[in-house]
Amino acid sequence: MAEATESIEEGVKDEAEVIEAPKEPLFSKKNRKLITDPFNDDNPITVQVLGICSALAITVKLYPALVMAISVVFVMVSANVIVSLMRNLIPNRIRIIVQLVVIASLVVLVDQVLKAYAFDVSKELSVFVGLIITNCIIMGRLEAFALGNGVWKSFLDGLGNAFGYGAILIAVAFFRELLGSGTLFGYQVIPDAWYAANGGYYVNNGFMLLPPMALIVVGIIIWVQRARNTKLIEEA
Amino acid sequence: MQELINIFVKAVFVENMIFAYFLGMCSYLAVSKKVSTGVGLGLAVIFVLGITVPANYLLDNYVLSEGALAWLSPEFADVDLSFLSFILFIAIIASMVQLVEMTVEKFAPALYNSLGIFLPLIAVNCAILGGSLFMQERNYANIAEASVFGLGSGVGWFLAIVAIAAIREKIQYSNVPGPLRGLGITFIVTGLMGIAFMSFMGIKL
Repeated sequence: MAEATESIEEGVKDEAEVIEAPKEPLFSKKNRKLITDPFNDDNPITVQVLGICSALAITVKLYPALVMAISVVFVMVSANVIVSLMRNLIPNRIRIIVQLVVIASLVVLVDQVLKAYAFDVSKELSVFVGLIITNCIIMGRLEAFALGNGVWKSFLDGLGNAFGYGAILIAVAFFRELLGSGTLFGYQVIPDAWYAANGGYYVNNGFMLLPPMALIVVGIIIWVQRARNTKLIEEA
Repeated sequence: MQELINIFVKAVFVENMIFAYFLGMCSYLAVSKKVSTGVGLGLAVIFVLGITVPANYLLDNYVLSEGALAWLSPEFADVDLSFLSFILFIAIIASMVQLVEMTVEKFAPALYNSLGIFLPLIAVNCAILGGSLFMQERNYANIAEASVFGLGSGVGWFLAIVAIAAIREKIQYSNVPGPLRGLGITFIVTGLMGIAFMSFMGIKL
């Protein structure tokens, strides 16, 4: 929470600067940072620890993970832009409910589109599409950023965070599908001849398909990331 | 009766909210540094799940699902409002949380103080909305089953957060490799606990 209030303050400061210097270029260094930061230094999952809830259960296969990532990008960018547009109209006391309504309407849209055009995936994702509503990363960015910043910045922030989130989702799904079923996007990657059934020595690691392995894969991703980026290491 | 006990045990152990579905992970990771806060949040989750799941069950069966409005007038027999369920569920949850908060503040100030900030935060806990959505997907036969499912899921979540909080208190004294400290090791420990909980999976209830 401390981080959140900090970034609100930062956001307010940022905006004051924008008003003073209106000719800031669209892709200034600061704006580009909004997009690039969430990939590493400020990743929603591995650093901010937000939005894990609805993410991990759908990373058994790459395809649903990709659909989920796209849905989150859509919901997050639109919600950020809408809330940023309304930020001066929303009374402070009821802002949570307003944000929930905005997110929920967008999620209903996503859900209906998925049901109409990708029914199989929508069945596979089951309740997890609905759970985008309570995905903390969306709420978190609305609270911490969109409420205090202009439309263009909120757009970039939403895009950056949603892609940072999607990147982890897809990385986890990649390893789980490759090691668990030997396929990628449903296509066989491991040659048939390697399998024990055909006289080879390779066996799929069925364990990767079970839910707890998602947590362990994320744990390992965090480990690798923090080993490379030592300033993220937590104090004991 | 046996059916109800089955649903309860299944919700607590076999389909544990955290270890099988990762619901409510954000608060689970953020508030599990100490056992006492873990217990507070866990109790609040049991409480709110136990109230919102039956409330949403009524809403789903008498307003939202196909033909549910038939009790109003036969003209509505083919109205299907289920596309509204996300919005209405979250609205019910948000208002229920508000209501519970006010009631607890009035009649049990001690409990209110110990739950503190956790009560309002629960409105955006995925486990709560998840409970209602699972209830809708699984078509429980009556309100008793739905309430027992809600309570069971809450108890499962409570167990999980208390267990991880206790482990994290102990882990403070171990020499964890730098990059894994804090978040990383918590993820891996949760994964291992999940594997342990998977041993319940074979149980047919």
